[in-house]
Order: sequence, then C-alpha cells, then structure tokens
Amino acid sequence: MIQLYNVTKIYPSGVKALTDVTLRVHKGEFVFLVGPSGAGKSTITKLIYREEFPTRGQVIFNGKNVIRMRQREVPYLRRAMGMVFQDFRLLPQKTVFENVAFAMEVVGSSGRDIKKTVPKVLNMVGLTKKADVFPGHLSGGEQQRVSVARAIVNNPVLIIADEPTGNLDPETSWDLMNLFLNINKRGTTVIMITHARDIVDAMKKRVVEMAGGQIVRDEKEGTYRYEA
Amino acid sequence: MRLRTVRYYFCETIQSILRNSWLSVASVGVVAVSLMILGSSLLLVINASNMAANLESSVEMSLFLKDKSTSAQIKDLEDKLKAMPDVAQVEFVSKQRALEEMKKNFGDKKDILAGLEEKNPLPDAFRIKTRTVEQVAPLARQLEGLAQVDQVRYGQGVVEKMLAFSRWIRVAGLVTMVLLGVAAVFLIATTIRLSVFSRRKEIGIMKFIGATNWFVRFPFLLEGMFLGLAGSLLAVAAIYFGYFTLIGNIQVSLPFMQLVSDRDLIITLMERLLLLGLVIGAAGSMISMRKFLKA
Ligand SMILES: Nc1ncnc2c1ncn2[C@@H]1O[C@H](COP(=O)(O)OP(=O)(O)OP(=O)(O)O)[C@@H](O)[C@H]1O
Ligand SMILES: [Mg+2]
Repeated sequence: MIQLYNVTKIYPSGVKALTDVTLRVHKGEFVFLVGPSGAGKSTITKLIYREEFPTRGQVIFNGKNVIRMRQREVPYLRRAMGMVFQDFRLLPQKTVFENVAFAMEVVGSSGRDIKKTVPKVLNMVGLTKKADVFPGHLSGGEQQRVSVARAIVNNPVLIIADEPTGNLDPETSWDLMNLFLNINKRGTTVIMITHARDIVDAMKKRVVEMAGGQIVRDEKEGTYRYEA
Repeated sequence: MRLRTVRYYFCETIQSILRNSWLSVASVGVVAVSLMILGSSLLLVINASNMAANLESSVEMSLFLKDKSTSAQIKDLEDKLKAMPDVAQVEFVSKQRALEEMKKNFGDKKDILAGLEEKNPLPDAFRIKTRTVEQVAPLARQLEGLAQVDQVRYGQGVVEKMLAFSRWIRVAGLVTMVLLGVAAVFLIATTIRLSVFSRRKEIGIMKFIGATNWFVRFPFLLEGMFLGLAGSLLAVAAIYFGYFTLIGNIQVSLPFMQLVSDRDLIITLMERLLLLGLVIGAAGSMISMRKFLKA
C-alpha cells in the first residue's frame, strides 16, 4: 500500500531529516513508528500525504507515484487518508462538531449524513459533551481527540496518527488505542508515531524504530525498547 | 452542488466580510468611486458623441453657381444633387433670398446694402447637408468639378478639427475606463489577498484534509464578487440620481444644452456597470488566490 524507496529528505535549512530510507507498509497493517525526537518520524508521514517532497527517492501510495501526482489529484490522495497531526491543526473559528463536520463537507457529504455520523464519532472519542465548544477552550488531550475524530470520520483506508496519545492520561490513551485497534480490525491500515512504551509493548504489533534519519529496526511483533 | 455546500459557501463569505469589516468597507468604497468615475466618464463620452453628432448634422456646404446659369440648368443640377447617395438635404438659395438674409444679418446697418437690388452681386447657391461629416470634404471636391458650379465653400478646417476632437474624447474616455477598471481589480485583489492571508492557516488545514482548490477558492470568489457588486450598486445609485438631477437643472438653466436622457440607454449603462462590478470582484479574487493555492 505504501512504499518508500531510498528516500532522502534534506530540509531547505540544510537539516538532513531522512537518509536513504526504504519502507513498505501493506494494506491492513498496524505499524508503530518509534524513535527519539528529531529521528525523522513526522517527516516520513509528511512525505506520504505530500506536505513535503523528498530530496531523492520515490514515494508510492496505492500504486500511485505521490511525488509526480498532479496538483488536482492531491485532494483525493489526502481524502484516502485520515491524519492526526502532531499539532492538531483544528480550525479555531469552528466548534468541535463543526471541525469534524467540516471534513465531511469537504468531501461533499450530505447534511443528513453529517448530522448522523458526527455525533457517533464524537461519542467514540468521548467528546459528546464538548460538541459545541471551540478548540481554544479545550485541553490538549481534548483537542487531540477532536483531531482523531476528524481523521476517522470519512472512513479512510489509511490512518496516520502522529503521537495521538501524547497529551492523554493512561486511561484515555488506552481507550483511544482500542478505538484504533477496532478500526484496524475492519481493514484500515494504521501508522502510529508514539512515545508510549507500555502501549507498544502490550499491543505486539509491527514496530519500526528510527534514529538519526534512518530505520534501525523493523520487527513483526516488536516492542518499544530504545534507550534514549 | 449540494445545498449544504452552498450554505457553507455563503456562511464563509459573510463571516469573512464581517471579520474584515473595515477592509471590506474600504474596498467597496474604492470600487464605488472607481465605477462612479468610470460611469461619469462614460456618460461624458456618450454626451460628447451625441453633441458631436448634433454638430455634424448641422455641418453644411454652400455650392455657389456660375452667374449665367439658366433656371433649367439649376433645376437639372438640383435633381442631380438629390440623387447623390451622400447628400442628405439640398436647399436652393436664390440670389434674391441671399441678399434678404444678408440684410437681416446687417440689421439697422442695412443701408450699406442699398441699391444692390438693381445689380445683385450675390450668386445663386445650393446649401447641402451630407449624411456624415466625413463625407463633406470628398463631396466638396467632387462637386467643384461640375459644369455650373463656380465655388464650393464649407467650414474647411473646422470640420476636420471637430472630427478629431470627438475621436479624441472617445479615446481618452476609453483609456480612463481601462485604467480605472484595472485599478479596481487590483484593489479588490489586495483586499481578498489580506483576507486570504489572515486565513492562510485555515486554508492550509482545509487542504490537508482533502479540500479541492475550488472548495477553498469559492468563498473568496463570492466575497470578491459581493464586494464588487456592493461597490457598483453604490456607484450606480449615485450616478443615476446625480445624472437625472443634473438633467433637470440643465433643462431649466441652460435649455440649449441637450443631454442624453434616454432612460433605456442609461439603464443599460447601469446594468453594464453592475456586471462590471461583479467581474472586477471575481477577477480580483482569482488573481489574489493564484499563489496561495499552489502547494
Ligand atoms: N519544516 C522543517 N524545516 C526544517 N527542518 C525541519 C522541518 N521539520 C523538521 N525538521 C528537522 O528535521 C528533523 C526531523 O524532524 P521530524 O519532525 O521528522 O522528527 P520527529 O521524529 O517527528 O521528532 P518528534 O518525536 O520530536 O516529533 C529534525 O531535526 C527537525 O528539526
Ligand atoms: Mg514528530
């Protein structure tokens, strides 16, 4: 489903974030991307949804060359993915409900669909009570869950979650992990960047460890393990 | 387009206009002023052309006949002139009538002309009007060659100057219009650019969750069109009432000045201005968004 071939990414500032990275993720997989801060984890995901372009190498998604894709195909590439951004990226002038609904409006869902689906998804992430609140009045963890709700509302084939539990207490983290696990069981591919050792160790999923812009470990039923 | 999407666009547009309310007011004002000047200069051009046309139709030439022409020859010539396609009107002025007119012009000094009745030195003549002012000079040259014709006189030079002036007014008007139109487009573009800039983060987010360029662009397009339309409505209202008030005043104080007051023509002009406002708004917002939507 996703193939990165010999990808090197050098940011305009001169920082070499990725060096000759090759990675394949198959449909239906659940992959943890771990590694110390600055290892290049977020950069990998940015290449997949084309926020950044690689300096060298190729990125393929569902058989399509992401780099050479035409500008007007990009929205459809992104609609196939649900992204939970490390920095949330919520629309400040819209309420929680509207933020999630907006993702559906963008793809042209009907008003009836939106009214039916959004409350269900907000319930899944435990934010039913906060539906009419603006993001600025939410805690970090709550904003993170809005971001998750928005990512899953359109039933994407791939979910990319950049530290989705970074601001959550252990209990809420586990609730959210179970949510992702259920979505994954229905066939959705999940790539999750995380620093949550206990979760990674307990889930026994594929673990890809990065360090200094390179993949240093790739295990089928791996554990968190790295010492920083 | 789905109803929900339409509603989304309108909400976005109105919110955006309210958010940047002072800026919106400013650009509506700019469009209004530009279109007011534009509309006024259009009216000026229309009136100038109209006056030029009026003057043109009053340009005539005099065809002086040779002294020994017989009345049969004169009748012959009159028929010939009337048959010419460029000739609009032919009037015979006998030497007696010419003398009477001259006396009238001299008024109480007409004694100077006393005794001329016996031996009238004035020639018989035709006064000829052409269909357009451009035909005067060539026709005059053609008529000079006729047998009974002694001399052809028209406002040599004056006619040419008048023609040049009316052409000049048209060109100047056109240039003013184009310049003001371009200025208005760029002012709207600036407003929308600021509006886009203040929301660039939101635009980025929209694009990351899969919004197409058109989805992002449409509210801004509507905003530009709305600003353009609001400005042109103001301009049209001001021009309409201003112009008809002017016509009313002029009819009282300067009755010989004939302004164009054909309501249908003015209303067509106003409609064009409204449409132009819309186009200016749309063009402005399209220009301002070109860069932002690249990535
Ligand atoms: N837009 C950018 N411009 C310049 N350098 C960048 C940019 N984004 C990231 N970097 C640099 O690239 C390197 C990798 O960054 P990346 O965000 O991929 O790390 P990460 O593994 O996600 O870290 P973290 O766990 O802290 O999120 C870092 O050194 C970072 O400073
Ligand atoms: Mg990161």
